[in-house]
Amino acid sequence: MSDALSDGGSDHDDSQEDVMTPVELIAKLEEAWLNEKFSPDLLENKSEIVECVMEQLTHMEANLQRVSKGDTKASVHRMEIDRIRFVLSSYLRSRLQKIEKFFPHVLEKEKSRADGDPSYLSPEEYAFAREYLANTETYLKAVALRHMPPNLQSVNMMKAVPEPCLDSFVFLRVKERQDNIMVEPETDDQREYVVDLEEGSQHLMRYRTIAPLVSTGAVQLI
Amino acid sequence: MFCEKSIELIRELQRMRDGQLPAFNEDAVRQVLEEMKALYEQNQGDVNEAKTEGKSELIPSIKLRHCCLLRNQRCVAAYLYDRLLRIRALRWEYGSVLPPNIRFHMCAEELQWFNQYKKSLANFMRSVGGEEGLDITQDMKPPKSLYIEVRCLKDHGEFEIDDGTIILLKKNSQHFLPRWKCEQLIRQGVLEHVLS
Repeated sequence: MSDALSDGGSDHDDSQEDVMTPVELIAKLEEAWLNEKFSPDLLENKSEIVECVMEQLTHMEANLQRVSKGDTKASVHRMEIDRIRFVLSSYLRSRLQKIEKFFPHVLEKEKSRADGDPSYLSPEEYAFAREYLANTETYLKAVALRHMPPNLQSVNMMKAVPEPCLDSFVFLRVKERQDNIMVEPETDDQREYVVDLEEGSQHLMRYRTIAPLVSTGAVQLI
Repeated sequence: MFCEKSIELIRELQRMRDGQLPAFNEDAVRQVLEEMKALYEQNQGDVNEAKTEGKSELIPSIKLRHCCLLRNQRCVAAYLYDRLLRIRALRWEYGSVLPPNIRFHMCAEELQWFNQYKKSLANFMRSVGGEEGLDITQDMKPPKSLYIEVRCLKDHGEFEIDDGTIILLKKNSQHFLPRWKCEQLIRQGVLEHVLS
């Protein structure tokens, strides 16, 4: 895989702030993909990764065109392209699914975010979420709400659409050692306690407890 | 009994398996809306009477009617929203053109919603990193092998694969094709994946 990726890929890395080899890039994509797949909430967008991977794919496709037909190497590369494209599509799909599922909350979170904080949605996702909200509101209004009594002609979307469940449990692997993680009590007769997360260890915890660690990349959801 | 029709709407969807879209129950929706109108008018009358003549014994029935109104509103919204989610799933399953028997089950506004959803999704996919964009409705399953054996279930006509070769998809013919090209045709029921 590495030679198809590095062909022509290297001239693009120069323009980037942090130089990343294609192998590292794909590892980053897979990390983002797994995190997004297993977290109940929408994570920060990683549009730089998506863009870089798209570029890589285009390059690899172009390189493949030059390879003569029937070359065994070509089919190996083709397979690799397919795999990367699957991961990328699956990543974008799971984000889009969460956006559709929690659209009012996602938009609200985006609105209330302070200037300078990283945005959760990429510009494309933001546009999509806004259209989805408008479309759904228009639809409900047209079919039913406008026929209802005047005091019932609106639905509070924030209340009507369920929120992401941050208390659900997730499996995680620790990538950087963490000390003193506060764990909320599960039952009344339990007290809150702290745990240390050793590097390389695996845990099953509530998402809420470790959400900040996911976004810093200290833990990986599995 | 109040709210009977709206519960019926909810039950109707619950009885359906996931991914199935029953015909839009326009009749029941209309009846619920009519019931709401009647309830509202009765309430208006009673509220006026309670205010002007100080009849406080009317308040419980006003409250009851109001609860029914809220419940009806909630049920109708849930019915409509659940249908939208089913329609959304259809876009991912069948692609942007729905089979006529499914379109037949949708009301005009639902078709409008579907078209708008289609547009939003297409815009999104086109703008994903780079000029060409990425069709994320493809590659639904992790790739296992590059080429797969498929059997044609109906005549589909000519079909071009990446390297420019054109093959004729005739009913009952079998082909060895790149997987990424035929995924959607499999979902549409034109091709069948032959597992040996």
